[in-house]
Amino acid sequence: MARSDVQLMLDVKAGDETSFALLLQRYRRPLVNFLYRMVRNREQAEDLAQEVFLRVYRAREEYVPSAKFTTWLFRIATNLALNSVRDTRYQRLEVSLDAPVTVDAEDGEEKVLDVAEKHPNIEQHLVDETRVQMIKHAIDKLPEKQRAAVLLHKYQELDYGEISKILQCSESALKSLLFRAYESLRVELAPLVARQAR
Amino acid sequence: MSCSRMETKILAYVDGRLKDSERLDVEKHLASCAACKVRATEFRAVNSLLDELPQIEPSPAFDLRVHALVAAEPVKRAWWSSLMLSPRVAFAAAMLLLATAWIGTRGPEAPVIAGPDAAVVENADYDVISNFAPLSDLSQASDDDDDSDTSSGNGVGTSATPTM
Repeated sequence: MARSDVQLMLDVKAGDETSFALLLQRYRRPLVNFLYRMVRNREQAEDLAQEVFLRVYRAREEYVPSAKFTTWLFRIATNLALNSVRDTRYQRLEVSLDAPVTVDAEDGEEKVLDVAEKHPNIEQHLVDETRVQMIKHAIDKLPEKQRAAVLLHKYQELDYGEISKILQCSESALKSLLFRAYESLRVELAPLVARQAR
Repeated sequence: MSCSRMETKILAYVDGRLKDSERLDVEKHLASCAACKVRATEFRAVNSLLDELPQIEPSPAFDLRVHALVAAEPVKRAWWSSLMLSPRVAFAAAMLLLATAWIGTRGPEAPVIAGPDAAVVENADYDVISNFAPLSDLSQASDDDDDSDTSSGNGVGTSATPTM
């Protein structure tokens, strides 16, 4: 039977390094994806995810299972992501408008969109890419805290209690935050939503 | 239920996270409010659009980098661990302690002094050093052992170079 996150963390606290490796294996993918969607840069997302794991390891001696492990883990990740987004906000404004159009490949690496690229069904591929880009763009346009709330709610499937602890707000404030985020998304994605809602 | 109250319920309704009683309240409102009904349908559409985003895989070196960072962390020691000695020093300290205890249990010993009536053992197999050469004859004594015997009156020489 698989050990719970809390048990693994208590084992790490007791000096068991293999339990740390198991936690790393369990959470590296969700963390990297969450951070990637927050900071919009794969390399930076991995750096931040490494920092999250390092902080978890450093805090092992003082770890007390007073909350769910995921709440603690994603609280560290969210704080790091929000700080990073705020730090790089002004750098992003300086990005040249002449920069080549890029898309995110399936492996997550950004690459320059090459229309002449050989593909079995280039038209469908471009439609799909455009659709994905629209969704990404809509998420990117959300204010950071709304974005974090949507990502934690949608992709990590955390309950309202956990997310409100991570974002350090009340549950009712979180519900309002999510409502505003979904309102923005349905406006931003209106053409896709209309087709989807039919 | 009012439309403003729906704001805190509608997403949970779409996600299926409401209790049965709350869900029935929401459905009752949706049946009579077209705007909220459209919103619920579109929130559901947004939800399924969000499902379309591809997941990324961490790079193959990710775990290695985390393990390297962790391995580079300084080892935290408890305050008392600084008092701990290396095995070699601990062994030496233990030997010293044993030696001290052993000496302590023996106590001070009085020197043994022979009484006036102590018997003199005659003809004992003593190895008496009696063939020292006089200081003045040092250069010759080494050459002539027999002569040096006769020249030393009490049979015990003071030379630092005994010729046995």
